[in-house]
Amino acid sequence: MFDGLTRSFQKTFRNLSGRGRISESNIREAMEEVRTALLEADVHHDLVDRFCNEVVEDAIGKEVTRSLKPGEEMIGIVHERLVAMMGEAPGPIAMVEPGPTVILMCGLQGSGKTTTCGKLAARFKADGHSVMLVAADLQRPAAVEQLRIVSEQVASSAPGKGRVAFHGEPERCAEYGQAVGVAVEVAKRGLAEARKGNFEFLIVDTAGRLHVNDDLMKELRAVDRAVEAHQILLVVDAMTGQDALLSAKAFHEAMQVDGLVLTKFDSDTRGGAALSVREVTGAPVRFLGVGEKFTALEEFHPQRIAGRILGMGDVVSLVEKARQEVSDEEAAELMEKMSKGRLGLDDFLRQMKVLRRMGPIKSLLGMLPGVGQMLKDLPLEDKQLDRLQGIVHSMTPAERRDPAMLERSRIARVAAGSASDRAEVSRLVKQFDLMRKMGSQLAGAGATGRMAAMRGLGAGGLPTRGSTHTSSPKARFKQRKKR
Amino acid sequence: MGLFKAAASILKRGLARTAEAMVGMRAFLAGRRIDESLLAEVEKRLLAADVGVKAARESVESLRQDWLAGRIAAGEEVVPFLKASLRARWEGVDLDLARSERKPTVILVVGVNGSGKTTSVAKIAASLKAEGRSVLLAAADTFRAGAVRQLEIWSERLGVDLVKGAEGADPAAVVFDAAQAAVAREADVLLVDTAGRLHTQDTLMRQLTKIREVVAKRIPGAPHEVLLVLDATAGQNAIRQAEVFTAAVEVTGIFLSKLDGTARGGVVMAIRDQMGLPVKLIGVGERPEDVEAFDPEAFVEGMFDRAE
Ligand SMILES: Nc1nc2c(ncn2[C@@H]2O[C@H](COP(=O)(O)OP(=O)(O)OP(=O)(O)O)[C@@H](O)[C@H]2O)c(=O)[nH]1
Ligand SMILES: [Mg+2]
Repeated sequence: MFDGLTRSFQKTFRNLSGRGRISESNIREAMEEVRTALLEADVHHDLVDRFCNEVVEDAIGKEVTRSLKPGEEMIGIVHERLVAMMGEAPGPIAMVEPGPTVILMCGLQGSGKTTTCGKLAARFKADGHSVMLVAADLQRPAAVEQLRIVSEQVASSAPGKGRVAFHGEPERCAEYGQAVGVAVEVAKRGLAEARKGNFEFLIVDTAGRLHVNDDLMKELRAVDRAVEAHQILLVVDAMTGQDALLSAKAFHEAMQVDGLVLTKFDSDTRGGAALSVREVTGAPVRFLGVGEKFTALEEFHPQRIAGRILGMGDVVSLVEKARQEVSDEEAAELMEKMSKGRLGLDDFLRQMKVLRRMGPIKSLLGMLPGVGQMLKDLPLEDKQLDRLQGIVHSMTPAERRDPAMLERSRIARVAAGSASDRAEVSRLVKQFDLMRKMGSQLAGAGATGRMAAMRGLGAGGLPTRGSTHTSSPKARFKQRKKR
Repeated sequence: MGLFKAAASILKRGLARTAEAMVGMRAFLAGRRIDESLLAEVEKRLLAADVGVKAARESVESLRQDWLAGRIAAGEEVVPFLKASLRARWEGVDLDLARSERKPTVILVVGVNGSGKTTSVAKIAASLKAEGRSVLLAAADTFRAGAVRQLEIWSERLGVDLVKGAEGADPAAVVFDAAQAAVAREADVLLVDTAGRLHTQDTLMRQLTKIREVVAKRIPGAPHEVLLVLDATAGQNAIRQAEVFTAAVEVTGIFLSKLDGTARGGVVMAIRDQMGLPVKLIGVGERPEDVEAFDPEAFVEGMFDRAE
């Protein structure tokens, strides 16, 4: 995601900072590069022109040419403009009293509505809310079946305490065009059931449709009237081109949607849709789908996305992901061990498992500032992590606690046991040793500073402006506790 | 072409925007002599018709060469020239679905999530069946919830046989079984539906390579056709998809789905140029009969003449 954009932005800023003082024409030249990158990323050309002009105007207004650090100032300006282009984050979905809060999903065929229904349900479940899903796609063969399975999977295996139920009437499905309108009745009955069962949320999955199909758009409006949806979410494929964004706009005009879900964000789309969908359609992006798992749904934060585009990473999202997986006690215990230099390979193994649950390694790396961007292009794969795990599994508990005891013959044994070679094993041991030493050094006051720096950075502040963060680490810790 | 009806509706519906761009092309050219500003305008109009940068530039460039060489001068000659030039880009390209000498012909259908694979499989099966050929479907998407059932419903509606595995089963194993069955039952065509996967998912792409290898091992020469289903509404990303899928499974042609969802019918041209892969079939709706063979001749004619 965003790779092309990130590269060209970084190149631009490098050029600008390499110069000392810069002139207005330097800025204009530099923006040409950005312009090309944005166009290649499928951003509409009107938007691109406006964006580039605004950045140049800002730069002139803020007298970047007289700055001693023009490159860094420019990053700040571009960051602000990117955020402005993506619009405000809409905040969490408000719950209504009495429930259920009704969410209606709609969108083009194949955009990912059903999968997103499952992810939303998983999110509500994790927050302890009860949710019912109703299958109002009676068009695509087995769509009802798909939502039923998804609901059951969320009910049985997604984390959290909320109840998850399903309403579907597979026998009402019919061949294309013959079941138009049936969805209205099904959705109504789903709502009645959700009321009876005191569910807090009702998610209505609908059939994919083209905005030019009048019959089906009429049906969608009828479903909306029948369930009086509180939230209409339009699901849009992030790989979509500009032309299809226009159809999203038409959808919005027809349905007055409350928010967008951009799916397949884990692809290598260059991100044009994410950048321009707000401006083109007028509706705010609410969620990003970043994988096929139920947990692969992120809230959309323009600040953070802008940070990712500019290669500043997104540590806040990374920390949030980690928080979903690691309890506070675990984290504290780990910190303790780290500061005393007592980290063992078992801890490493555990961390690795957590990491794997958080998502594909490549997407995680992309959230790290600087380093992550560089590592992202490596052919680093989850498989290699499997190998590392295999190596650790072949060690005895004592060896895992104290990898330093692994001398030649032990290394040979571990290598044989894990079907890897000795060099690989000793590399792991050496690196781990290094990490352990670094860990104990970092764990002092320095680490707090580092963490603080990272937080500020991901939260939309900028590396160059780190100094403007006046709150102390302590104050921020308190704040964090309150959340 | 035979198998599918020619691309009629792409000309009627899908070309709306393309046609719009071409409106007045003839009027604009009438009575004028070719000069640089005329060439620039022609190129602009071709670009607006979505035929792609390459096709537009190259067509205009060869027009310029002929003009400079004194072979062409009048504005009226431009449209016939462009038609021939665009048509020539498809010369020698095989647009028919492959057909193996020995039964069965194996067609593997691949693509990213939600691009329209399963529906496209149903469409191809319906057309083949109508042609009197026996078809066996392989439901090798054992991953997405309800995917097997989806194809099974199609097989019931269309009255064609299906080989399936349990959800979560190894798709390569399902494909192997299906290949066995296709040989045993002497089916004319084996159509394999696979799970949607993003081209960025290395492991899943390797799984696809393995599926290909499994069929190849059981049926020498197979798969005879590997169709990449591309969503016509996708953006620039489609090019990446074509590259990566081709590297993994040697794609032989494109099934361009959901062309009814875009006014940019001209992209068919651009895709051919940018990917070096022929668009063999186009999808224009959700019913099994909503499929058409791509006919460059008719397409190019329609592009200019519908606009008048
Ligand atoms: N309008 C239109 N819709 C289509 C076309 N082809 C497929 N669809 C629809 O697109 C949606 C997704 O199609 P599928 O065939 O399930 O796509 P798929 O690629 O098999 O999806 P996955 O297996 O989930 O990756 C369905 O609602 C289809 O009816 C087309 O040519 N035009
Ligand atoms: Mg499918």
